[in-house]
Amino acid sequence: MLSLIAKRLGIGLITVLAVSIIIFLGTKILPGDAAELRLGQSASAENLAVLRERLGLDKPYWQQYLSWLVNFVQGDMGNSLSGDTPISGLIADRYQNTLIVSGLTALIGVPISVALGVMAAMFPGSTYDRVLTFTSVTLVAAPEFFTATLLVLFFVLFLGMGSTIVSGSTDGMGLFELIQHFALPITTLCFVIASQLIRMSRAAVLNVMASPYIEMAILKGIPRRRIILRHALLNAIGPIVNVIALNLAYLITGVIVVEIYFSYQGLATLIVQGVQTRDFVLVQSLGMIFCATYVVIMLIADIAAILANPRQRHPK
Amino acid sequence: MTHHSRPSTQEHYVAPFDDVTSFEELKDAPPPAKFKLTFMGKIGAVVVTFWVLIALLGPFIAPLGENELPFPDAYSEFQAPQPGAWLGTDVDDRDVLSRLMFGASRTLGIAFAATIIAYFFGVILGIGAIVAGPKVDLVVSRINDAFMSLPTIMLGLVVVAAVGSSIPILILTAGFIYTTVVFRLARGIGMDIIVMDYVEAAKVRGDGIWWIVTREIWPNAAMPLISDFGLRLIIVILFISSLGFLGLGVQPPQADWGSMVRENLGALQYGESYLPVIAPAVAIATLTVGINLVVDDISSHAGRKLSGRM
Repeated sequence: MLSLIAKRLGIGLITVLAVSIIIFLGTKILPGDAAELRLGQSASAENLAVLRERLGLDKPYWQQYLSWLVNFVQGDMGNSLSGDTPISGLIADRYQNTLIVSGLTALIGVPISVALGVMAAMFPGSTYDRVLTFTSVTLVAAPEFFTATLLVLFFVLFLGMGSTIVSGSTDGMGLFELIQHFALPITTLCFVIASQLIRMSRAAVLNVMASPYIEMAILKGIPRRRIILRHALLNAIGPIVNVIALNLAYLITGVIVVEIYFSYQGLATLIVQGVQTRDFVLVQSLGMIFCATYVVIMLIADIAAILANPRQRHPK
Repeated sequence: MTHHSRPSTQEHYVAPFDDVTSFEELKDAPPPAKFKLTFMGKIGAVVVTFWVLIALLGPFIAPLGENELPFPDAYSEFQAPQPGAWLGTDVDDRDVLSRLMFGASRTLGIAFAATIIAYFFGVILGIGAIVAGPKVDLVVSRINDAFMSLPTIMLGLVVVAAVGSSIPILILTAGFIYTTVVFRLARGIGMDIIVMDYVEAAKVRGDGIWWIVTREIWPNAAMPLISDFGLRLIIVILFISSLGFLGLGVQPPQADWGSMVRENLGALQYGESYLPVIAPAVAIATLTVGINLVVDDISSHAGRKLSGRM
């Protein structure tokens, strides 16, 4: 089993490297390099050459790539093109902001959605199950900003709670004010992951419910609630953990739209600014952070599945 | 042949015998159930048809031009609905209804073109990879996996940062990103088919590769691939609108649904009506949910969910 996990870790590492090559080359295909963008079109050839040498742009691509990667791993991401400030400094605060929102979403959204999904599996075909399934089918196909708009309309404009713009410092806020501050973006993100999570955890439990030993338990006359909680749920944990990790990966995409919607000062707003000002050094670093996080979460999903399901440890 | 509905009260199906049906014609299986949309599926089909019509006709029947002002003489940002501007006005005093109609053809058109591209290359590469043998398959699949392990919106952002945003670039980018997904799907389906006895038989007969692909593999892979088309289309529409919402998709002053939501976000704070935000958001949601309802019906009719393969 350890060797299997080591193999997965190896595949994960290779994927991260492949991703870094894609991102590095992706920002190399555009016309004009960092030196030209920084000095502008009127720069003289000598000035350009000096700056290129200072930035290491005169070296071959593979050397540039290696030094970029090594620096990135050490936390030095170079300077942004606009403003010439160190990127690690720009990112530090924003990283924390994004982490707060996505962390709280995971903390609140995951247990609730899994519980809802398992409850739907307890009473398949009931009105509760049908309503829940229909709502999640609907929400899974709706864009994040639709959910956000509905929530804003209901809470801010109808009930007068929460705020449409979630920016500024949270220093000195009481607990109630903090809840008001973060409520809408977190609720939106909870909806984004909930629709998938509910469907998939329901399916995971129902899948186990179809196995012969559950039939045996039913024939023995064990109450349905006990069958689900004691027999089915334990065996569904593997797939559910897998589903949770997958959905945390989707959260990364959702967080971009939601941060922009609420003007939240997180990593996503920074990367969109970077794209708009064509500051590709910034986009490169942030893209790498997002993608690496995504790959790591996927890897955790993979390993969780192996740990939870003995059959996966001995593939045929 | 007359149509016989399946008797529901009987335990076993007994084929009816009459003058029209001769004994030789009797089948041991009941005739396949005709495909019928459920109630929700019908609602979905109506909604989708409505939006497709708007997308096709919108630019011709829109009351005003895309960037025309309904009230050129007045300061008229975020006005409530009124004669002349039936859904109100947007952040730049333009008619929301007309922009919504122009946006329909752009959002749907881009998404449709991108999905077609994704299918074209995805299917060719996917089936090509299996036919070409395990070595080619391994290399292509590994490269594909590397691209699939990136969040789609990040790939989109990197491309837009590198080459800027225009409609052809949006179509190509979305087409490329979702080619990876269709590749995986087509490859999976092709893998199941190529080990079938009838493909073996064709090989033994000495049929050529081209014949096997077009006459044995493709007819059997087409149906599951086509029934997945709707799901792909939803995801591409969401992708295009999300990019538009981030301000990195269709560029102003051209309208598309995602960028309309973004432009008019201010209406939620100080607008006279919220419709400039609600209308495009509802448009996207009803379109994607409508497609989803139809797709759900089709895939439950087909017996299995293709999304399980992804």
